[in-house]
Amino acid sequence: MASKVIQAFYNDDDVLMHAVKRVRAAKHHIEEVYTPFPVHGLDKAMGLAPTRLAITAFLYGCVGLTVAILMMNFIMIEDWPQDIGGKPSFSYLENMPAFVPIMFEMTVFFAAHLMVITFYMRSKLWPFKEAENPDVRTTDDHFLMEIELHGNEQELYDLLVDTGAVEINSIEK
Amino acid sequence: MYTFSNRLKIGSFILMAVGLIGIAVGFISAPATVEEAKAMVASHGEGHGSDHGDGHAVPGQTEGEVHMDDAGKAHPTVGMGAEVDHGNALAHEQEHEMSHDEHLLHQLQNRPWSALYVAALFFFFIALGVLAFYAIQRAAQAGWSPLLFRVMEGITAYLVPGGIIVFVILLLSVLHLNHIFVWMDPEVVAHDELLQGKQGYLNPTFFLIRAAIFLGGWIFYREYSRKLSLAQDEANDNTNFVKNFKWSAAFLVFYLVTESIMSWDWIMSVDPHWFSTLFGWYVFASMFVSGITVIAMVVIYLKSRGYLPDVNDSHLHDLAKFMFGISIFWTYLWFAQFMLIWYADIPEEVTYFVTRIDDYKLPFFGMIVMNFLFPILVLMNSDYKRVNWFVVMAGIIILAGHYLDVFNMIMPATVGDQWYIGIPEISSILFFMGLFTFWIFRAMATVPLQPKRNPFIEESRHFHY
Repeated sequence: MASKVIQAFYNDDDVLMHAVKRVRAAKHHIEEVYTPFPVHGLDKAMGLAPTRLAITAFLYGCVGLTVAILMMNFIMIEDWPQDIGGKPSFSYLENMPAFVPIMFEMTVFFAAHLMVITFYMRSKLWPFKEAENPDVRTTDDHFLMEIELHGNEQELYDLLVDTGAVEINSIEK
Repeated sequence: MYTFSNRLKIGSFILMAVGLIGIAVGFISAPATVEEAKAMVASHGEGHGSDHGDGHAVPGQTEGEVHMDDAGKAHPTVGMGAEVDHGNALAHEQEHEMSHDEHLLHQLQNRPWSALYVAALFFFFIALGVLAFYAIQRAAQAGWSPLLFRVMEGITAYLVPGGIIVFVILLLSVLHLNHIFVWMDPEVVAHDELLQGKQGYLNPTFFLIRAAIFLGGWIFYREYSRKLSLAQDEANDNTNFVKNFKWSAAFLVFYLVTESIMSWDWIMSVDPHWFSTLFGWYVFASMFVSGITVIAMVVIYLKSRGYLPDVNDSHLHDLAKFMFGISIFWTYLWFAQFMLIWYADIPEEVTYFVTRIDDYKLPFFGMIVMNFLFPILVLMNSDYKRVNWFVVMAGIIILAGHYLDVFNMIMPATVGDQWYIGIPEISSILFFMGLFTFWIFRAMATVPLQPKRNPFIEESRHFHY
């Protein structure tokens, strides 16, 4: 189904933020905003649901911690116990302090890498993916707000001009 | 303009009065003679259970044998302070028993002093931690925090009474009114080659001179920066602000050096044979997180009374983030110190932790739960950092945890396995809590709670995370 969208360009993130708030206040539906860099607070201004990435990070961290514990237990205690510096490796608990750096590093490693991978999958990004942004200038110095159009085009157009848009196009999708 | 509410004022006076009575009781009930000390321990040993060095409540009764049997085991449990006047005692077997009882007497006599000293240090450290935080905000020209400057300045006002009290306790130690610092006893030094070697640094005169320099420098910066901060409100230009920036940057250099030396002097030297190069940082992390926690709690209190209208969620969120972050930083330093000593297992170093794990199991491990596990789980969620009561609850646990941290730094060396959190300890906390509350809120009530002409005040007002 073809739908009509309006694309408004801005050249300043502060102006964009104010525009987003006003457009939302005027009960228009913002489809997407394309920016050359992350704009702080834009997600909240657009009314996007809060990210659940932090929760996944916590869970991945727990996985990393568990892997580190099981791994060190297998390597140092079960498989090949050694006497290092007068500390025989017969009990995980007694040797635990030595494994803390590894537990910490694995927690961070798992949380960081898996979180990035999750983020890419959730954002549908992968290597060699065709760019989705409708205008190349959004990778340089312009911000683009895409708004779904229902009927009154002129009114929205006026509103966008008023919010400081530098260019407004309407496009059939 | 904040007015010091009467209820809070009366509350702080009550705390001080109750605290003073308890402190007096603590001093009066300390044993005066060896016989009294032995009797106290004998009656104590039954009631206390396993927390209190199992082998050790016994010596009063089965004397002599205990030390032969578990010489290896019982000895580390005696504590570092013990090693000093005990180390030589072991050499002369005959004197041993007598010196052991005398040592017990000293430990029990030390208890009210140590309790007083720990609480005095803890509350002084809060003010000192806030001072460091404040200086960092100034030196970094932080935009988010100027709204909180008056609160921080109010808390650092406690440096003066708190510093004087700590200094007086140190002075009384030098005058041999207590045995907190064994190296101050010439009798001990005479039999201890290690201490003789350290005498050039660790002698009472130089010790007091250093303490005076540290306290003088910190208090001077606090007073001067406060003066500039108030002058900035009335000025037409930013010269006061710029001056404050420069002094703060210079102060941080002074502070980092003196704070580290202070921690060796006032804390590490209670175990005069033991040393750790990380100690200064570790103590700093503890006072830093306590200070930030108190800032957050005072801000929440003032906001609940309708003051500080421009302070918003985001300021609180940032403070809570610092509480979270510095708690982990503290753990990092604590563990870095612990792990190296544990792994290397060199006797002269490892006694420090052996004493603590043998005799102080509950406070030692409890502290890690309170200072690490609890904050990391409770304050991890971003939303919880904005919930006032959550931050206050977490703050209370963190403060209690860091009191225990200071407790664990001092007590094992001064009272050994005769520790207990009873009347002397709790009363000392109450007294200093009352004094601290009274002093900081009194200081906050003297000037408007919000700086007027700080160049960053607009940014701070619109601070939004």
